Amino acid sequence: MKAFLQSLVVAVLLALPLAAQAGTLTVKGSDTMVILGQRWAEEFMKKNASTKVQVTGGGSGVGLAALQNGTTEIAMSSREMKDAEKQKLRTRYNTTGTEIPVAKDGVTFYVNEANPLNALTVEQLRGIYVGDITNWKQLGGADAPIIIYSRENSSGTYVFVKDHVLDGEDYAASAQTLPGTAAVVNAVSKEKNSIGYGGAAYAKGIKELKIKVGNEEIAPTAENIKAGKYPLARDLYFYLRNKPSGEAKTFIDFALSPEGQALVTKVGYFPVK
Amino acid sequence: MEQGLTQTAFAPALSPTARRRQLREKAIAGFITLMAFTGIAALILIIVFVAKEALALFTDPAARHEASFSKMFLAQDVPPGRPPFRWQPVSRIPKVSMIPLFVGTLKTTVVSMLVAVPLGVFGALFAAEFAPRRMRELLKPVIELLAGIPSVVLGFFALMVMSTVVKDLFHFDRPLNAMLAGLGLALAIVPVIFTVSEDALTSVPRSYREASLALGATPWETAWKVVLPAAAPGILAACVLGFGRAIGETMIVLMASGNADVISWSLGDSARSLSATIAAEMGEVVVGSPHYSLLFFIGVQLFVFTFVLNLIASTWTKRVVRKLTGGAA
Repeated sequence: MKAFLQSLVVAVLLALPLAAQAGTLTVKGSDTMVILGQRWAEEFMKKNASTKVQVTGGGSGVGLAALQNGTTEIAMSSREMKDAEKQKLRTRYNTTGTEIPVAKDGVTFYVNEANPLNALTVEQLRGIYVGDITNWKQLGGADAPIIIYSRENSSGTYVFVKDHVLDGEDYAASAQTLPGTAAVVNAVSKEKNSIGYGGAAYAKGIKELKIKVGNEEIAPTAENIKAGKYPLARDLYFYLRNKPSGEAKTFIDFALSPEGQALVTKVGYFPVK
Repeated sequence: MEQGLTQTAFAPALSPTARRRQLREKAIAGFITLMAFTGIAALILIIVFVAKEALALFTDPAARHEASFSKMFLAQDVPPGRPPFRWQPVSRIPKVSMIPLFVGTLKTTVVSMLVAVPLGVFGALFAAEFAPRRMRELLKPVIELLAGIPSVVLGFFALMVMSTVVKDLFHFDRPLNAMLAGLGLALAIVPVIFTVSEDALTSVPRSYREASLALGATPWETAWKVVLPAAAPGILAACVLGFGRAIGETMIVLMASGNADVISWSLGDSARSLSATIAAEMGEVVVGSPHYSLLFFIGVQLFVFTFVLNLIASTWTKRVVRKLTGGAA
């Protein structure tokens, strides 16, 4: 459903030339960040009635594409900008863009509540996701095949897991991809031999795996992520074409203010500061 | 020249009302022609646009390197233990094999057709030949209503309700698989096949049935050996229409198939289809990149498949019609 919306958004993007009106600020991109962006926009508009902030999702790539096409001022992204995307910005606007980390998120692996395992090492997760480990028995669980759920490659989380857990290797061919973290959570909650991943904010109704580092089992909690202990923490970014100015700057300043960062915690992510 | 002159000279003078009517006729005819040509032009523009975006695969050296034909259709050199056909276009080394997508599309489409064709055609035969009048009057609008259900809703239904049922029924490992996607697709196609087949069956002339019954054939024999063959071209058209929908239908497959790029003929495994791949990846892709062109190239392939199938079906229909009418038509 979401992927369909994404393609719709792209179609609209392609059809519409840039349309930035005075007094409106458009923020577009990562679906992980939409809830956060909307909360910021709501609070921001209460204080700055003259500015309208429009927040839409579609995926990190959609946001960054919109930035390149000039259809959004701020792109939200749950991953860093790819080289190809930077190249595009350079050829079109002669800038390399401005990257501003605005929140942190701990990518969390989920298993079904019936699964006896509580923690896995990053190497074990890698083994599962590249297809070397295919049975829970190999990890000390029940004798059952592992059902792997992944995100569509349109997702920033997909790229993050690929880079930081799989060391850039390909996902196993049997990895099933689902549109959206909510779909992954739903699938894992229903299928007892499955594993999936997503942002921490969504992890409801399933078991969050801790990451084993040495003898320590580290949960994706605010303290662990803030202290840099949780190995799979990632930054959530705002991207702009140039240095922020005008309304965009006021908005970003608000997002990074103590009040804005308190909203991050409220939504379920973690503050950058 | 001279003839034209004499003609106008002898043409009866038209009354003002008649002339106005003539003008109006012309205007309406012109309007209809304009609409038709606008439609055709829009269609051609779409094809040109899609083909143009896909063309970069052949003209751009970088794209040609990343997504050459051999990479799309032949087995690739891979480390031992890794499958040679992969669809992983955002990989560090992009892998763009179309083979898993073909297999996935074929699996879901075949399952859906195997379910939907008998259901749709026999349902239509029942409605047209055997159902009491009141029942038929109820049946037809209800099934046509089914055709109007958005595919997202069907996909959601497959995902949330059918998945566990299908998994338990067939003892599959995974809840999202080719079988589930095929069954979900069948829900979308049955109404299409049913309504078009029913129209074809009811438009078989009454005299055929009466002649058959008069010769002593039972109603069943009449329906099976006379009415059904006579409606064959229409029924075939219904099936082709259903096939076109099955191969192009995106939402249901996207939601129910699991979208894994595996190559296997097991219906319990996940499948990734051509159309769902476009829908899933178009959102992220860097515009103008080889991956972007690849997605348009998939679109071209889908277009070619349905076009070829329509071509085959229409030649076959012509042959059937010729056989039925004894070569008179």
